[in-house]
Amino acid sequence: MAVNNADNTAPTAPMPPQLRAARARRQSIIKFVILLFTLGFLLVPLIAMLVFTLRHPLSGRWSLAPWVAIFTGNGETLGADLTVLWQGLGSSLALCVVTVAIMLLLMVPTMVIVHIRSRALERAIEWVATLPLTIPAIVLVVGLGPIYRWLSADVLNTNPIWLCFAYVVLVMPFAFRAIAVGLNSIDVKTLVEASRSLGASWPKVFFKVIIPNLWQSILSASFISIAVVLGEYTVASLLGRMNLQVALYQLGQSNSQISTAMSLLALLFGVVLLVALDLISGAMRKRKEGK
Amino acid sequence: MLNQPTTSQSATRHALSQDEDAFKNDPAASLAGVRGKDVTRAAKALLKDSAKRGGGSIQMQDVVKIYPGAAKRALDDFNLDIKPGEMVVLLGGSGCGKSTALRSLAGLEDIQGGRILVGGQDVTGTPVNKREMAMVFQSYSLFPHMTALENVAFGLEVRGMGKAERRKTAMEQLELVGLADQAGKYTQQMSGGQQQRVALARALAIKPRVLLLDEPLSALDAKVRVQLRDQIRSIQLTTGTTTVFVTHDQEEALAVADRIGVMNKGRIEQIAAPRDLYQRPATEYVATFIGLTNRMPGASNGEEAVVFGQRLPLITGSAQGDAVTVLIRPENLTLIRADANDSHVGEHARVAAIHFLGALVRVDTVITSGEYQHRGNSKPLEVTVQLPAGELPDGLAIGDDVIVTPRPVAALAC
Repeated sequence: MAVNNADNTAPTAPMPPQLRAARARRQSIIKFVILLFTLGFLLVPLIAMLVFTLRHPLSGRWSLAPWVAIFTGNGETLGADLTVLWQGLGSSLALCVVTVAIMLLLMVPTMVIVHIRSRALERAIEWVATLPLTIPAIVLVVGLGPIYRWLSADVLNTNPIWLCFAYVVLVMPFAFRAIAVGLNSIDVKTLVEASRSLGASWPKVFFKVIIPNLWQSILSASFISIAVVLGEYTVASLLGRMNLQVALYQLGQSNSQISTAMSLLALLFGVVLLVALDLISGAMRKRKEGK
Repeated sequence: MLNQPTTSQSATRHALSQDEDAFKNDPAASLAGVRGKDVTRAAKALLKDSAKRGGGSIQMQDVVKIYPGAAKRALDDFNLDIKPGEMVVLLGGSGCGKSTALRSLAGLEDIQGGRILVGGQDVTGTPVNKREMAMVFQSYSLFPHMTALENVAFGLEVRGMGKAERRKTAMEQLELVGLADQAGKYTQQMSGGQQQRVALARALAIKPRVLLLDEPLSALDAKVRVQLRDQIRSIQLTTGTTTVFVTHDQEEALAVADRIGVMNKGRIEQIAAPRDLYQRPATEYVATFIGLTNRMPGASNGEEAVVFGQRLPLITGSAQGDAVTVLIRPENLTLIRADANDSHVGEHARVAAIHFLGALVRVDTVITSGEYQHRGNSKPLEVTVQLPAGELPDGLAIGDDVIVTPRPVAALAC
């Protein structure tokens, strides 16, 4: 932008082009410095983690051993038992799937109906959905504790998969935002009325008109939920269930290098998810708007 | 609220041709003079004909609609009777209940009282998707994830029509609205006018018993609005679909309607052909809402009135009294120079403004005679006169003294 302005010698230009070019250069240098600083701030811990996994903290020897251990699934050479890690990873991935499924089943129809029928109720639901953000996890767990005691003793069992109920609550604020953005970007009421008057039954309206127009927000709600579930530690740990983060912590007690390497991988997975989300929604938008 | 007299003039011309159209489109007219068994046979034929043409009669009887939390009734014992194949326009200001009436008919609003019949069947309790009506909305309502063709085919898909067949039908509808070349485009790639035409094609594709148009042109710019309204009318005449059109634009209403229902406070004040509505308004509201009207003081005996010394006939339902207001259209007044006056009728006035409108001239005057004042305030009486350009006195200028006289044309006194 600034460079373009520098080339532009229109009569309205307040100063000579050379000067404006100089200012534009100065501005771009400042931008570059800020970007570099931010990147450094974000990347230094990650690089430190990476170095930590490659260089043994006590002997100072460089080796790929922790990464080999993770990818071969055999940590015996490093004296670590990886079964807990696989267990945690397995239940976290399963939790992702179940949580997203319950979240979508619960949130999408509710939000669509409320959006069409009652603005007041929509605000109430927004407030409720935002609550988990404002209540500290530890307070939440205090409340969840007795419920899960009863759930695991009398109704279900102690399988970590049942954490999904608590996780649906945890992802609600993020999912709500994502879906609300989608609902507000289309004129749901008119689309519903148009399809109803054309003879569509409610299920048809929902699946053929609303869902296809909400795809992007449903995807982003799902991805954000997955990121939250993969990174969740407090609730699982305090309720004594095993998930990825709990496993990483436990493993960190015996072999911190493998644990750190795994954390890096989990982080990378999250980044890949978010980038994928961006790419997919970008592609969808482009297809609809045409070239 | 008042429009330019040019509009009124062209509207009158329109009304003339609309009247003939209405007759052509009204199969009931052919029943006149038929008796006995012939009536039954003719009625059956008529029913078959209207069913074939996709038109359904509509009766809305004593419909009451109260929005939750609202004190006033949005529809207050609303009655409307529409013949098959007819195009009725509901006209009114904002908040008069015209859209509510349409939405109640479509089933998009629950009503608190009354009945709605379509083609003689009670559809009051029928859900929206079973009413076989199609609606075009004011806001763009195309499905953004579908192409124009897919949009038009949606209603057919819902009805379980095969893929090839519905593509063919949808394509025909797009051709009807002149958008066959836009079939593969998405909503965002089309202009507002094109989107509304696709919406119209989508509504017509399902061959609805009733076509409902809820201010479909309001979001478009003036030129497109005129084109599209003419297109809507000609398509409606071709398909013979019973149509209810809601608008706040009187010019639009006068241009397309078989009959116009002027709405006020949740009821229809008057429903009549555009020409009747303009020339014989039943109430003051209708008279002032449609076209331009002068409020002139006069005396009335219920059948005749005297205004400015001129006797003129009154429309049935006019008020009686020595001090009534007579509503006179600008084209039903005439003026001459004061010095040319050789008659005892008419009243002196000063020219305040002259507007040349091509074939017509509109002259704003202020009555100078002190006895004619607007009742209730001391402002001098202002009267607008509209003349064919040829009848304007030569060299008439602002400030000139003229004499204004009503022509002996039926008017409403209130």
